[in-house]
Amino acid sequence: MEIVDLKKWFPGVKANDGVNLTLRGGEVHAILGENGAGKSTLMKMIYGLLEPTSGEIRFMGKAVHFRSPREAIHAGIGMVHQHFMLIPALTVAENVVLGDEPGRIKFDRKEAQKRVRELSEKYRLAIDPSAKVADLSVGLQQRVEILKAFYRKAKLIILDEPTALLTPQETRELFSIIRGLKAEGVPVLFISHKLDEVLEISDRVTVMRAGKTVETVETKGATPQTLANLMVGREVVLRVEKSDAHPGEPILQVHDLHVRDFGRMERVKGVNLELRRGEILGLAGIDGNGQFELADAIAGLLKPEQGQIIFDGDDITRWSPAERTERGIAYVPQDRQLDGLVLSFNLVENTILRDFRKRPFAKNGVIDRTAATNYTERLIREFDVRPPDASRKASELSGGNQQKVILAREVSRDPLMLIAAQPTRGLDVGAIEGIHRQLVRLRDEGKGVLLVSLELEEILSLSDRIAVIHDGRIVDIVPGAQATREQIGLLMTGSRGHSEVSMS
Amino acid sequence: MIFSDPEIWAATLSMAVPLALPAIGGTFSERTGVVNIAMEGIMLIGAFFAVAFSYWTGSAWLGLLAALICGGLTAAALAWGAIRVSADQTVLGMGINIFAAGLTTFLLNTLFGFNGTPISTPKLPNISIPGLDNIPYIGVIFQNQSILVYIMIVLVIVSHWFLFHTRLGLRMRSVGEHPLAADTLGINVWRIRYFGVILSGLFSALGGAYLSIGVLNGFTANMTNGRGYIALAAMIFGKWTPLGSFGAALIFGFSTALGIVLQGQGISSNLLQMIPYALTILALAGLVGRAVAPAADGIPYDPRRS
Ligand SMILES: Nc1ncnc2c1ncn2[C@@H]1O[C@H](COP(=O)(O)OP(=O)(O)OP(=O)(O)O)[C@@H](O)[C@H]1O
Ligand SMILES: [Mg+2]
Repeated sequence: MEIVDLKKWFPGVKANDGVNLTLRGGEVHAILGENGAGKSTLMKMIYGLLEPTSGEIRFMGKAVHFRSPREAIHAGIGMVHQHFMLIPALTVAENVVLGDEPGRIKFDRKEAQKRVRELSEKYRLAIDPSAKVADLSVGLQQRVEILKAFYRKAKLIILDEPTALLTPQETRELFSIIRGLKAEGVPVLFISHKLDEVLEISDRVTVMRAGKTVETVETKGATPQTLANLMVGREVVLRVEKSDAHPGEPILQVHDLHVRDFGRMERVKGVNLELRRGEILGLAGIDGNGQFELADAIAGLLKPEQGQIIFDGDDITRWSPAERTERGIAYVPQDRQLDGLVLSFNLVENTILRDFRKRPFAKNGVIDRTAATNYTERLIREFDVRPPDASRKASELSGGNQQKVILAREVSRDPLMLIAAQPTRGLDVGAIEGIHRQLVRLRDEGKGVLLVSLELEEILSLSDRIAVIHDGRIVDIVPGAQATREQIGLLMTGSRGHSEVSMS
Repeated sequence: MIFSDPEIWAATLSMAVPLALPAIGGTFSERTGVVNIAMEGIMLIGAFFAVAFSYWTGSAWLGLLAALICGGLTAAALAWGAIRVSADQTVLGMGINIFAAGLTTFLLNTLFGFNGTPISTPKLPNISIPGLDNIPYIGVIFQNQSILVYIMIVLVIVSHWFLFHTRLGLRMRSVGEHPLAADTLGINVWRIRYFGVILSGLFSALGGAYLSIGVLNGFTANMTNGRGYIALAAMIFGKWTPLGSFGAALIFGFSTALGIVLQGQGISSNLLQMIPYALTILALAGLVGRAVAPAADGIPYDPRRS
């Protein structure tokens, strides 16, 4: 595939503004770029979801103009989307074969399940074809997405941030699949913000900046630092710089908390936890072990079955989320599109979402647009939201920039405590650097920070103490400075290992 | 005891037809993601044109065909507005209902005058299935029912099979749940939605024709009398499935039949007429098994926006 001077202009944004790319047979080609650099836009054009403003896409020697995904699929292009394209109400098998179902008039359900089972065995992506997608964890849903692309025997596979939601184990499995594809001569376009992944799996890397392809380099010879610098266009600090913590009084105490999720499953099974002012407490764990339900319960989105939550001296167990917000709890939820933003609202409306009833944003029950817009524009500058346009709808922002808006809103309210669930998911290295600095700044100002992350590196580099959760219970709490990857990884599987119990 | 009298079951079945057919129609439309509250209006149009063409051509079957064509066209207009123009589907549906009530009354008066449709209008035959009517009790229920009763029973089964066991049915459901996902798999979302909505028009028109040339042989102004809305309730109570819609239509039909039997026996038939609505509210509130609409129901699809 060859892409020549491709452009895609949205009203007011040049999402792609001169993209040049050559993809060789059987290579894994990584695309790197900051949030909003235009990676997804490029992929959507290749896949026929968006029509280019100008430029050309050549595939297998011919210029192609896909007007719909139908045509792209037909030409042999498969895509795993950054935001899942799965139908929760249908089964795994139905999702995989949809659009190319076995049978004539009748849908041959048995055959569909058989094919999906064979496919999942061939690529060693274990999955139950008859399970409903709504009941699957995100990791398993990701598998379904990948199986969809394989099912169509794609001649070119696009993976738009496929590892953003995967555990390290699942990522390793995905990589062996990608290597298998490579061996079969199928080229892969691979997008990720994780530099180590890009270095491990790709043959060449193309870096995009502000809609343009800047450079294509051989992976051999590149280092995380050179890639990061190319991406951001300046020297990036990859390590978190922080001084020692000076923890003060406890700000949050959780006693014997039990929480059920919306499916009435008990997810948190008796958690005791203490967070102090001026510290970052990392909550490490494998996805699905109750960490996000715990965060939701502290923020007030889930009602605990049992137990107590004490915040700054008040028993807030029965408080509403709004009351907790007022009291000084800020929350960056895991699902930014579902719980974090109103996608159809513009940035002004989204940034004042928590405080629109109050001055200076409202006077006598009427919203003061000017005050709100000024405030939003300040946040956009401070947090480097791109494009810097307050009147834009949240849905028009790239994933990483959506996350910046949420963080800006939560942090700028000057809370006493911040719960950050997966705060850097899908963010580029530059943006991660910025967000990590914000978390450390909050801590240094004497706020409590509860960091819930599936990213072990993130937990290790930021936390002053690390609590490890497994199956809804805290397995151990260890000081962050001494903790090692291996030790925490072992605890995450539920085994205490050799470390001492230190519930301090 | 009234329940042991097969007549009440025969009446229930007959009352269920003009509810089940539009309810199944609505199911098809909403399963593809287009809210259809225009069943009432499309039924009226079906009922009127069935009579008109039955009278003009002298054949009830041609009348039925005309009803289907007119119902299908009305639904196509709804589909165009909902799909192509992305208009608000509830407003569109209400518009069609009001338009249909006005149009049919106007045409009735101008074409047939104040005496109404002629009594010589042919109607569809009533039949008894040989063999079936020999079975005691059951036989009485099915004795001398309109041919549309049998057609409905076949349609219920075929519809359910179609929606849940065919490739097209799977595609329809996927489009109603997550059109963007369906689109990325190469499914033509708009075409499927047109199909679902027009299908709903055909079913609704059939339900209307049942009233005017199945049970009776004439049209009176506003003769559907809110059945399109009860069908909407039946569709929801039946959890957006053809079998469920039919079951709900039977329950609602029974409450109507009961109302007729109990007339003058101290129980107000108005109370019984509340049953469909009360049950629907309970179903929506999650008390009688949760009713969940297709996820993308009522949301126009425009691929360029996402
Ligand atoms: N439908 C749209 N309308 C207007 N602007 C859009 C639209 N889609 C994307 N954009 C803009 O185009 C730019 C590129 O977005 P894109 O999603 O391609 O970024 P990305 O590189 O994939 O970022 P991320 O890493 O955060 O996923 C962004 O500035 C975004 O706001
Ligand atoms: Mg993207």
